[in-house]
Amino acid sequence: MDAKTPVFPSPYDVKPPKGAEDWEGIYPYYLKFQPSRRPIEDRKFWFCDSQHWPMPFRPFDCIMVDFAAKCLGQYNTRHLLVPPANGVDYRILNGYVYFSPIAVEPSEIEARVPQFLERAGHYFGNWNDLLANWKKKVLGAIDELEAISFKELPDVVDIEWVKSGKGLDDTYDLFGAYDDAIRLCYKIWQYHFEFLNLGYAAYLDFFGFVKGQFPSIPDQAIAKMVQGVDSELFRPDDELKKLSKLAIELGVADALKTGSVDEALAAVAKLPNGAKWIAAWDGAKHPWFNFSSGNGFYSTDKYWIDHLDIPLSYIRDYVSRLESGDDIMRPTARLIAERDRITAEYREMMDEEAKAVFDQKLGLSRVVFPYVEDHNFYIEHWAIGVFWRKMRQLSALLAKLGFWREDDGMFFLTRNEVRDVLWDYSAAWGVGAELRGTDYWPGEVARRRAIVDALAAQPPLPALNNPPEVITEPFTIMLWGITSEAVKRWTGADDGDGGLQGMAGSPGIVEGVARVLRSPDQLSELKKGEILVTPVTAPSWAPVFGKIAAAVTDIGGMMSHAAIVCREYGLPAVTGTGNASSKIKTGMRLRVDGNTGSVHILG
Amino acid sequence: MSAAPSLYTLPFGDISSADHARVGGKCASLGEMTQAGVAVPPGFAVTTDAYQAMLDHHGLRAEIERHLASIGSDDIDAIDRAAQAIRVRIRSHRMPDEVESAIRGAYAAMGEGMPVAVRSSATAEDMPDASFAGQQDTYLWVIGADDVVEKVRDCWASLFTTRAVAYREKNRIAHIDVLMSVGVQKMVNARAAGVAMTLEPTTGDRTRIVIDASWGLGETVVSGLVTPDNFTVEKVLEAIVARKISDKHVELVGDAALGSAVEREVDAARRSTPCLSDAEVLEVARLAKRLERQNKCPQDVEWAIDADLPEGRNLLALQSRPETVWSRKPKEKPAAYATGLMSIVGTLNNPIASRK
Repeated sequence: MDAKTPVFPSPYDVKPPKGAEDWEGIYPYYLKFQPSRRPIEDRKFWFCDSQHWPMPFRPFDCIMVDFAAKCLGQYNTRHLLVPPANGVDYRILNGYVYFSPIAVEPSEIEARVPQFLERAGHYFGNWNDLLANWKKKVLGAIDELEAISFKELPDVVDIEWVKSGKGLDDTYDLFGAYDDAIRLCYKIWQYHFEFLNLGYAAYLDFFGFVKGQFPSIPDQAIAKMVQGVDSELFRPDDELKKLSKLAIELGVADALKTGSVDEALAAVAKLPNGAKWIAAWDGAKHPWFNFSSGNGFYSTDKYWIDHLDIPLSYIRDYVSRLESGDDIMRPTARLIAERDRITAEYREMMDEEAKAVFDQKLGLSRVVFPYVEDHNFYIEHWAIGVFWRKMRQLSALLAKLGFWREDDGMFFLTRNEVRDVLWDYSAAWGVGAELRGTDYWPGEVARRRAIVDALAAQPPLPALNNPPEVITEPFTIMLWGITSEAVKRWTGADDGDGGLQGMAGSPGIVEGVARVLRSPDQLSELKKGEILVTPVTAPSWAPVFGKIAAAVTDIGGMMSHAAIVCREYGLPAVTGTGNASSKIKTGMRLRVDGNTGSVHILG
Repeated sequence: MSAAPSLYTLPFGDISSADHARVGGKCASLGEMTQAGVAVPPGFAVTTDAYQAMLDHHGLRAEIERHLASIGSDDIDAIDRAAQAIRVRIRSHRMPDEVESAIRGAYAAMGEGMPVAVRSSATAEDMPDASFAGQQDTYLWVIGADDVVEKVRDCWASLFTTRAVAYREKNRIAHIDVLMSVGVQKMVNARAAGVAMTLEPTTGDRTRIVIDASWGLGETVVSGLVTPDNFTVEKVLEAIVARKISDKHVELVGDAALGSAVEREVDAARRSTPCLSDAEVLEVARLAKRLERQNKCPQDVEWAIDADLPEGRNLLALQSRPETVWSRKPKEKPAAYATGLMSIVGTLNNPIASRK
C-alpha cells in the first residue's frame, strides 16, 4: 500500500450525506473532529464501532457512548492500571462513532505492572465476593432509578410545604429527578466496566494458552470451553418458553393466539386455569421482561416490559412450534455434556505439565466469564431499560407542555440542552411568564430529526486513516474483534466468486434462503428455515434463533451475541463479514460455512 | 457365520490378545476392531502355525537358509536370485492337508463363492510396520477355495520378495524368524474408500483428522494411482474445516466374472464430484477417532463404504495401525508456561491475535 494514500479516508475528507450537511451542530463540540486538530487526529487510526452503534446517534443518545467509552477507559487508566492500555478515545463522524485506542507509553508500561498486580489481583482473588456486592449495588441503583418520576409542575406549591417551612418548590425536585437519572445512568456505566475488562483479560489469557497448544484450534472451540450454559442472558427467552409450555398444559394456548395483548390476556383470564397462567406471566415480567429488542444503547430501543406485544408474539410462535411437535427448550444437559466433552478431549491431547496450566487458566476463566455474559442483562437490559423509560416519560411530559410535537422529541436534544429546557420550564413557571422553548424547539427538533434520518441513509466507513502495521491493543482485539486480519478483510476485495469472509462464529455448514433484516421491527418477517443476515443481533432476538438455519452478521467476533447463541442452538454462524447485510439481498440462496467463516451467494 | 477357531485359522472375532503373535499386526488389529464392535468385513486369519506347518512339512527351513546363507546385503543380484528361488519353492509345494482343509473350512463358513481379499500380515516385532507394510502382497476379489488356498501360499511367498529379503539383510533380521500370517477378509464392494490419519501428517497436528478418499477400492489411494479427494476434519468439534476435491480419473472395482479387481476409467461427471458426502466424511472421522482412542495412539486407518450395505451401516474399517512418523518425534515444549497474573500481564502486553 502506498504510504501517501491512506487506506481509509481522513475524517476531514469525508462528506456528509445529502440533507445532513449541518450534522455537526447537533452534537457536543468534544465529539467532533475539530478542524484545528487535524494534524493530531489524522495521525490516529479510528475504527467505527457499528457493533454497538449501528445507527446514527440522536443527540441525547450520545449519553451512552460518552459513559461507555469513559467508563471503559477509567478502569484501564485509573483503577487497574492495565500495563499497556488506557482507554479508547472516541469521536462522532456523520452520526457514527469512531474509536481510537490510547496505548501506554512503552517506557511507562513496566512501572504499571506492580500496581496492576495489586489492583487486578485483588479482584481476581476476591471475585465472587466482589461480584455479589456488585449485584447488590446494581440492584440498588435500579431501585433508585425506578423511584424517579417526572410530574408536571403544580399551579401552586402544596400548602403542607408552605406550613412546614420547607422553603423549596417543585422545580427543585424536577431538576433533582433529572440529575439523579443521569447520575444513576453514569453510575451504572461505571459498574458495567468494573469487572468486564478483567473478565476478558483472563479469558484472553486462557485463549492464548490453548492456541499455543493447538495453533489450529477453532476460536469457537475455546469459547465453548468457558461459555456458561445457564447465563442469565438466556433467562428471558427461557421464561417465554416456559410460559408457552405452561399455556398448553393449562389449556389456555388457544385464547392467547389472537387479538391485542389486553384482549388475549382477558380471554385467558376467563378460562378455568387462566388466573394461574396470568400469575406466571406476571411473575416472569419482573425482572425478565426488562429486555431490549435492541442492545440498550438507543432511546428507540423497545423493551418487552413496555411492549408486551413483543414477548406475546414470541410466545405465540413457541406455542405453534410446540403444537407441531418441536422441542423448544434449550438442551442444557446436552450443552453441558458437550462442553465437558470438548474440554476433556483437548485436555487429553496435552502433556501433564500443560494440563496443570490448562486447569488453572480454565478454572479462572470459568469463574470470571459468567460476568461477561450476565452483566449484559443487568446493565444494558434491565438498568438502562429503566433509564430509558424514565427519559421517555420526561420527553412525553415536555411534549405535552408544547416543547415538541412528538413524544420522543427530547432525544433530539443533548442531555445538557435538556437541562436548559427544564430551566426554561422552571423559570417560566416561577416567573409566571410564558415558555420560550415552545417557539424554538418544535422546529429545531424537526430539523434535527431530518438530519438524523439523512445520516442513516449512509452507512458508516469501517475505519478512518491508516491502520497500524499490526494491531496490538488488547481491548480493540478483545472487545471489538478488530485484528490485523479484520482490517485486511475490510480493505481487500471480496474473494471474487460471490463469497464473503468473516469469522467462524459457530460450526456447521448450511444452504438456504437469506432474509436480510436491518432492525428488530422486521423480526416478524423471518420464516422458518431462512438464513438470518443482519448488521448485528441482540440478545432479545433469541426466540428467532429457534427458527433460522444460520446467522450471518456484518459486525462481531467469536464472543458476539450471534456467535454465542448460534453455538447454543447448534446453528452455523459467520460473524464480522463487514458488509453481508448490504451485499446479500433477501431471497438469495446462500451457503454458510461456520467452520471456515465463509458465506457464498449461490444465486 | 464363521468356522470354529483352530490351530491354523482364527475367525477375526475369536482373536484374543494371546493370539497376536500368531496372526500378525494386521489381523490382530482386525480382531481387536471386531471385538470392540467396530464394523469390519468378516473373515479369518491363517495363523503363523499354518505357515510353520508348511515349512516343516516340506523341510523348507533348511532350504531357505541354504539359499540365503551365502548372499551379502549389497549383492542385489544374488538376493534377487535367492529370493526368486525361495518363492518358487514355496509356491510349488502343496500345503499340508490339515492346513488346507482348515482354510477351506473357514472360507466355506463365510459363504460359498464369497469374494475375498487375501492379505499378508507379518509378525516381526522389531520391524516397524510402517516401513515393512506394503512389501507383502494383497490379492483382491479372490473367489473360490482353490484360489484362496493359492493366494495364501502366494502371501507366504511374498515374505521373500527381493525387497523384503534385502531389507532384512540390511537390518540383520534373521529371515527364518519372520513369520507370516494371512488375513482372508470378505471383499468390500467399495463405492468409495481411502485412508484416514488421526493427525495432520504434514504438521503432526493432533486436533485434525485428514482423510484421503477416492472412488472404488482404496488401493488406488494407497498406491497413489489417483489424486484423492482430501478432507480435513477438526477432531474434537467433528467439523469439516478444509476440503480439496480432485480429478479422480480411475477406480478399482471388483469384477465377479473375471474374479479380480479391475481398473476402470471414471466418467467425466463423477471424476470431480466429491466421493463422500459431508455426513460420510464425518462418519469416517468418527471411526478414525474411535480407533485412535481404542488404540491409545494416533492411527492410520483404511476404510471403505460398501455399496451393498444399507446407509448408516455401510462404513467399514479395513485396517488400523499406529501412525509412526510424528508419534516417535519428541514434542517441543516451551521452557516454562506462564501462569497466574503475570501470564495475564503477558497476554495484555502481547495479545494472541497480534502474535504472528
